Amino acid sequence: MQLAIIGGGPAGLSAAIQAREEGLTDVWIIERGKALGGILNQCIHHGFGVHIFKEELTGPEYAQRLIDKAYSLGVNFAMESMVIDITQDRTLTYVSEAGLVTAKADAIILAMGCRERARGALGIPGGRGVGVYTAGVAQEMVNMKGYMPGKRAVILGSGDIGLIMARRLTLEGATVEGVYEIMSHAGGLKRNIVQCLNDYDIPLHLSNTVTRTVGTKRLEGVYVAQVNEKWQPIIETERFVECDTLLLSVGLIPENELSKKIGVALSPITGGALVNNRLKTSVPGVFACGNVLHVHDLVDYVTLEAYLAASNAVRFIRGENAEIASIPIKALEGVRYTVPMTISPDENSCTISFRSDGIYESATIKVLADGEVIKAEKKRIIIPSEMEQITVEIPTVVKEIGIMLHCI
Amino acid sequence: MIELICISCPVGCNLAVELNDDDIKVDGHKCMAGVKYAKEELKNPTRNIATSVRVVGGDMAMLSVKTSRPIPKGAIQAVVDAVHQVTMTAPVMIGDVVLADAAGTGVDVVATRKIRGNVFK
Ligand SMILES: Cc1cc2nc3c(=O)[nH]c(=O)nc-3n(C[C@H](O)[C@H](O)[C@H](O)COP(=O)(O)OP(=O)(O)OC[C@H]3O[C@@H](n4cnc5c(N)ncnc54)[C@H](O)[C@@H]3O)c2cc1C
Ligand code: SF4
Repeated sequence: MQLAIIGGGPAGLSAAIQAREEGLTDVWIIERGKALGGILNQCIHHGFGVHIFKEELTGPEYAQRLIDKAYSLGVNFAMESMVIDITQDRTLTYVSEAGLVTAKADAIILAMGCRERARGALGIPGGRGVGVYTAGVAQEMVNMKGYMPGKRAVILGSGDIGLIMARRLTLEGATVEGVYEIMSHAGGLKRNIVQCLNDYDIPLHLSNTVTRTVGTKRLEGVYVAQVNEKWQPIIETERFVECDTLLLSVGLIPENELSKKIGVALSPITGGALVNNRLKTSVPGVFACGNVLHVHDLVDYVTLEAYLAASNAVRFIRGENAEIASIPIKALEGVRYTVPMTISPDENSCTISFRSDGIYESATIKVLADGEVIKAEKKRIIIPSEMEQITVEIPTVVKEIGIMLHCI
Repeated sequence: MIELICISCPVGCNLAVELNDDDIKVDGHKCMAGVKYAKEELKNPTRNIATSVRVVGGDMAMLSVKTSRPIPKGAIQAVVDAVHQVTMTAPVMIGDVVLADAAGTGVDVVATRKIRGNVFK
């Protein structure tokens, strides 16, 4: 194989399309599932593709456009094939119908997406009765398999998946008792608060959390309580809420078990690989894009990121991508992380994606080169749930790039 | 007074809307898009809705569907209930009409994914 892409979600598909369009002949997508499209298959709501296709598509429609294009360009697919091992010299091992397959690739693109944080990671004590699911698992159940997780649900966490599931369950005839969020502000987009909760009179309880579950065979209810500034439950406020279902919408973690095996250096903040502006990881010839790199809220940016990863993988395969020392990009005041984390000095300009560490109104994004402002951009509001991007010209001689938020 | 959240941009202004006969007074908006939003939300609120229906004879159990354009907010449950009565037969193409003029809204509900028919060996 010239290029092996692990994962056939929007990131993998977009990367394959770009590699073929740049003339690479031997492009492979290795996908563990039966269907291409990844998480988009279960995201049946509207809101995808506004930037790339200039229309508001549903998840499956966005996926189909990529799938059709990839097929027409002659991308090769290994379906129901789960990659279980990769090595530093880019040899992949995957399990498929044919058994264990080993293949060597000139370059690899990691596009494995992410998984949901589950109950274990939260440590909620109490009965282990049936009825506790992550929001994504419930979404797959309802939208793809056609059965309901229960009749009366509590949702913990106000991330977008949780909000979307609150509406979904309500439309399917269940009662959603409420959404409980430990932070003092909602995790998901305002638009989802309005159209998924307010439209159906589902209450959002901020600064609240689930403290225990009750029920050994089937979930019978949960205890909820207000929390203080340190996110500790205030015991006097604890109360019982009857429900047969608890959905967890408490965050996504990039799926990097494979990347760890070959020593790809990961960021403790994003959980994804540390990459330069070419989306190259710390292992030569291995690139990353999509949710495996950092969690995205818009699939359009996943596609654009994948195009970039693929272009650079193609350059690497053709020997055009010389290894050179790189300049660090530092996340300064107000910025939680940036992608990329470093930049090659031979690049003229670079688009930096980042997320803020809080809500900033009337803020200015400032890019600094060795402490001096080289670009400033005003924003009405910057919120952690929406990824921001800024494109900058890179000065010829520079030791460090910084990015910060400044409020007046 | 009616309280609304403007969703025209991420700021999400809290709008206080006063309705006197035909006159709508809006407060709390940071720009004029908020006024436009409030007027539309009060006069004729519409939503796009997506759900899924059963499909037989294909390689999947459920077919995802959507309203082809926004429907009045008040008709959401009626449209969802009506479309849930439908069972489709594979093959299905994206855009195939699953339910025409759903619940009398004049809006069609259409398929949003392709489902191949079973190939009998
Ligand atoms: C509930 C929800 C709602 C969303 N709503 C919106 C929205 O309204 N608008 C919008 O623009 N975006 C939305 N997004 C975001 C967007 O859909 C995602 O960012 C995007 O799908 C991520 O694409 P990906 O290809 O990186 O990952 P995925 O779609 O997760 O694809 C990863 C693929 O890799 C495969 N894989 C993983 N490991 C292996 C392995 N070892 N071997 C082989 N294959 C493997 C998986 O099976 C999967 O097919 C939403 C996301 C979620 C979860
Ligand atoms: S009123 Fe203007 S600034 Fe406020 S949310 Fe609406 S569009 Fe944004």
